[in-house]
This record gives sequence, structure tokens and C-alpha cells, in this order.
Amino acid sequence: MSYKIYIPTDSTSLSLGADEVFEAVQREAIQRNISLEIVRNGSRGLFWLEPLIEVETKTGRLAYGPVTVDDVRALFDAEFFAGKGHALCHGLTEEIEWLKKQERLTFARAGISDPLNLNDYLNLGGFRGLKNAINLKPNEIVKTVTDSGLRGRGGAAFPTGIKWQTVHDTLSQKKYIVCNADEGDSGTYSDRMIMENDPFVLIEGMVIAGLAVGADQGYIYLRSEYPDALKVLNKAIDLAKEKGYLGDKILGTDFNFELEVTRAAGAYICGEETSLLESLEGKRGMVRYKPPLPAIEGLYGKPTVVNNVITLASIPIILDKGSKYYADYGMGRSKGTLPIQLAGNLKKTGLIEKAFGITLRELIYDFGGGSATGRPIKAVQVGGPLGAFIPESQFDMPMDYETFAKVNAVVGHGGIVAFDDTVDMAKMARYSFEFCAIESCGKCTPCRIGSTRGMEVIDKIKAGVEVNKNEKLLRDLADTMVSGSLCAMGGMTPFPVISALNFFPNDFGLEKTDTKA
Amino acid sequence: MSFTKESAEKIQNLIGKFQDKPGALLPLMHGIQDALGFVPEEAYPLISKAYQLSIAEIHGFVTFYHHFRRKPSGKNILHICRAESCQSMGAEKIEQYCKDKLDIDYHDTTSDGAITLEPIYCLGNCACSPAVMINEKVLGRVTPNMIDKIIERAKENS
Repeated sequence: MSYKIYIPTDSTSLSLGADEVFEAVQREAIQRNISLEIVRNGSRGLFWLEPLIEVETKTGRLAYGPVTVDDVRALFDAEFFAGKGHALCHGLTEEIEWLKKQERLTFARAGISDPLNLNDYLNLGGFRGLKNAINLKPNEIVKTVTDSGLRGRGGAAFPTGIKWQTVHDTLSQKKYIVCNADEGDSGTYSDRMIMENDPFVLIEGMVIAGLAVGADQGYIYLRSEYPDALKVLNKAIDLAKEKGYLGDKILGTDFNFELEVTRAAGAYICGEETSLLESLEGKRGMVRYKPPLPAIEGLYGKPTVVNNVITLASIPIILDKGSKYYADYGMGRSKGTLPIQLAGNLKKTGLIEKAFGITLRELIYDFGGGSATGRPIKAVQVGGPLGAFIPESQFDMPMDYETFAKVNAVVGHGGIVAFDDTVDMAKMARYSFEFCAIESCGKCTPCRIGSTRGMEVIDKIKAGVEVNKNEKLLRDLADTMVSGSLCAMGGMTPFPVISALNFFPNDFGLEKTDTKA
Repeated sequence: MSFTKESAEKIQNLIGKFQDKPGALLPLMHGIQDALGFVPEEAYPLISKAYQLSIAEIHGFVTFYHHFRRKPSGKNILHICRAESCQSMGAEKIEQYCKDKLDIDYHDTTSDGAITLEPIYCLGNCACSPAVMINEKVLGRVTPNMIDKIIERAKENS
């Protein structure tokens, strides 16, 4: 008889040797004359268990992980392929607490099957949202999105429905859907996971967006650091075209939609929507003044929806199950679910999709299992390099846009990077400025010059030079950058800097009670 | 590496390929770098003439993006992630280890031409920090021992 097992192709799984494990399993099976059907699935995002092999059994799929090449022989000795026990077996995958406690809407399919198998996508509920959308008027699609409460998951949290309504209402022969896949924030990888593990859901979301606003051309602006995602997306687009989900007369309607991937070139600033549009137009990624909004004058001056990967990938389930289904998750004005990414110094890292409202403490300790190094966690940075550092005293805050905003923190793209007590927060603050200096587009002075001056001032404080005077100068500089920068790059770099200064003054050689000069 | 007739032909072909494409510079520069390993300055006048852009505009474009190289790299490129998640798991030690072991700094190439060392700001592998990328292969939970193997293999590969 033949056995069916799954070995992931997600690039994090590959970075831990999933391909080598796959080859070792194949070799061993041939040697032992065991008939195996091996599916290369995506990852479910339990990265602390990757490479994770799953075995299909009558009662469900069993999880074995993390598997190294050295474990393969012992797994075969234990007859893991028949679902038998082994030290690496964690029981049924879907019964693993870490996964079971999640609410997977956007990531409902990720990791279950071969990401490029269109039949599997359909069998798992794919393209149901698009089929519903086709029977709605454009305005009704926009209304469904507005009613769902979905807000931009890239970080700015702008209501998606309102953005779509603006593009819908702006008259133009040509309109565009642009997917921002320039996921540059450290600690985030949910965009990458969608693109590698469930690419059709992004395509479906973009086609629905096109239907809603009347756009016939889409671009996915993909960061060059994701070569694996590029390959998967290009194949997925070809497959979708073959089956009539892209191109002319989609699903037999009069609606046409073309989609292509554009490779970015390693500029963090191009994650900012206007800079991204400049780059797509073949120019330096210099930030534009707003207004005009991209929804009115975007790509090549035409009305353009610019949405993050997760935002667009959340559209199909909203159109499939309705706005109320989605809006019933979450709290306050933060509706639905957020794909949270645990990163950095944590034991159990990976993707957690939960309704808004879960606390940082639950995420860091219940899911994350505390630090990987076993030392106390000193701070977490949420929302990428422009997000504030959050100390232990604020770990009971719920993940919710408004709660975070109240303490000058951001939920952003949902990445959480944990640091243990060996971290020097003054050094991290200096790095924030350094990163801003490297990545600033240079258009506005507070960002271009302020970032370099900021590094110098921190160096002086650390060296004990006129400490009080320089602390005041640093706070003044932060004010100038927050109020005077054109975009979030310069406008938010002070968030990590000032949070580090406020919560960890000792790391700067300052006393909390320091009198101002 | 001198600028050969073959290089010029490759560039001309790519210029033709993207001539009518909106936003042509981005795919064009990727095409040139994929074909030649870097974007030589000799390409500028060719692009300038075909696309009606000034040399300054082309130079400004190429230098804006970290991904585009203006000189040839070594046979292999080792990218070390410097971003926060990797820092929290000891990326600085990996960074220093690589620099010491290869005896070069960032943006430099080893004297035998085997390896170019580059910083990178996030590989999206933050669940398994620290991460590095050798050519297009990402590696997670990197240790000095793994770096030794990467370097050894890269040297054999050159």
C-alpha cells in the first residue's frame, strides 16, 4: 500500500533544510521499498516545529517535527509513514494547542495543500468569494468590504472600503489595483507566507478589487528579497489565466483583468505607497506629496487602489461569508482578525491569526513560550522598525489599533520581535536612526538629515557628553521629525527611539529622574 | 571585467525587450544585472538614447536601489541580515564572524573573487533568526559552524 505524507516548501521551512529532508525521505523510502506519495505543501506557520512532516491517517494528519536529515532513518524505523509513534510526533496537527487556539480566516488554507494546486484551492473554498462578487454590483462589493470593517493590514490601518469607494467614484477610463508586497519590516513574514503558501487567494482578492472599482490591470510590487515568492506567484498567475480566473472574460463575464508581478529592488521606502508608485513607474522611489491621494491620482496619474497583501488576501473570505461574519471577530474599531507574526528571541515562533484583542502577554508567553535564550524578556518591538519598543509593564495591552495608538505604539503589520535582557536599548535606538539614514528617500529634510544627527546625538549621550542638554536635543529632534516629515519613515522613526529613551533611560546612561538642562 | 561587445549586445536586446513597457527601467535593470551580474556604466548611454532619459536620471535610478550593483560581485554573494529580529538572536556575532573569517567588510569581495559580503535588511525569515542568504538560498538559525560550511562550499564553487 502507499502512504501519503507532506513536506513543506515555504522558504522558512526550506531555510531549515526541508528540501534536504525531502531528499533523505525519498532515498530512505526507495531503499526500504516503501511506496510514498509525498506532497510538497506550504507551511501552516508553526515555524518552531519546521521542518514539519505530516502523515495522512484515517483520523487526520499527524505532525512530526522539527525533522532534520539525521532523524529520517529513526522515523522510518518507527514506521512514521504509517502514523506510528516517535519522539518527534505531536499528534494530530489540527489538535496542536498552538494551532487550535487560532482563528484562521485569511490563512484558512495556508499549509494544507500544494500551494499551486488549483483543484485543491477550489476544494478548500477558493474562488467562492469571486463567484459571489460577480453577481453583485460594484457598489455592493465595496459596501460589503466597508461593512466588514477591514482596515489596511500593511500598517496604516486605513479603512479599505473607503479607499475602494474613492477609486470607484473617481471617473477614469483606466484604473489600477496595486498590491504592496514590499514587506520590509523586520519581524514580519505574513505577506510572504500568503504568496508562497496560498497565492491564489491573493489573485482572487485582486480580481475582486478590480471588479469593485472598475480596474482592469493589477500589479504585485514584490520585494527582491523574496525570490521563492516570485516563482510561486508567476506560476500561480499562469495557472489562473489558463483556467479563466485572470485575463479576458473572467468566468464567462465581460470583465477583463490582467495581473503581473514587478520585482522591487531593495529599497525599504518603496513600501510607502507613493514611493512604491514612483518605483513602479520606473523612477527613483521618492515619496510624493499628498494630496492628491493615490485613490484619485495614483499610478500614471490614474485612480489606484494600493493595498497590502494581507488586506487583499482577506477580501475573498469577506465576499464568501459576508461582512458580518468577518466583523464579528475583533474589538472596537479593530474588526476581524490579524495575522500576528512572532519573531526574534522567542521559543515558539510562527504565524498566529487571532481576532483583535489578544494581549501581548498571551502572545509572548502562552503562544511564544517566552524567550528562546531562557532569559527574561526586556522589551518587544511591534510593527517593524518604525514601531515602538514596548516594556513588560505594557504587556497586558490588547492588540487593537486604538489601544496601541494611545501609548504612541503601533500594531502595524502585526510583527512582534522579542528581546531578552541582554539587549542594549540605546544601541537599538541608534540603529533605528541608522536604518532611517540608510533607507530615507531624501526628499524631506527632517528624515534625510535628522536621522544622521540623531545617531550623533545618541553617541554623545552614550559618551557622557553634556548629557542633559543632548537628551533635550534628542527629544526636540524627535518632535521635528514627527511633525515635519513627509511620510512615516521620518515621521515614525522617533517612535522606537523615544520609547527606548522613556522606558530604558539607564541604557543611555541617564537616570529616570534626570533634571532637564 | 572589461565591457565586451557581447555585454553591449545583451543590453541592447534587453532595451528592445522592455522598450514599450510602462515603468521599463525596473525590469530592464533587473534584466541587465541578471545577465551581467551588475549594471555597468557603459549601459547608461545606450539606455539614454533608446528611452529618451538623461544619463543623470539613469544614474539616479540605479544608485537609489540597494539591489543594483555598479561593479562586478564575487562568484557568490553572502547576505547577512542586520534587521532587529536577527539582532535579537545574535546577528552581530554572525556579522563579525563573517567579516573576520573572510577578512573583508560589507560591500567587499574576497581577494580570490569567491565571495562578496553584503548587509540586507530582513529576509522575512524572522521566525528563525539569525538568517543569511547565500546567492538565492536563505538559511535560518545560523551558527558560526554553518557559516564555515557556507564559506567552504562557496570557495569550492568559484
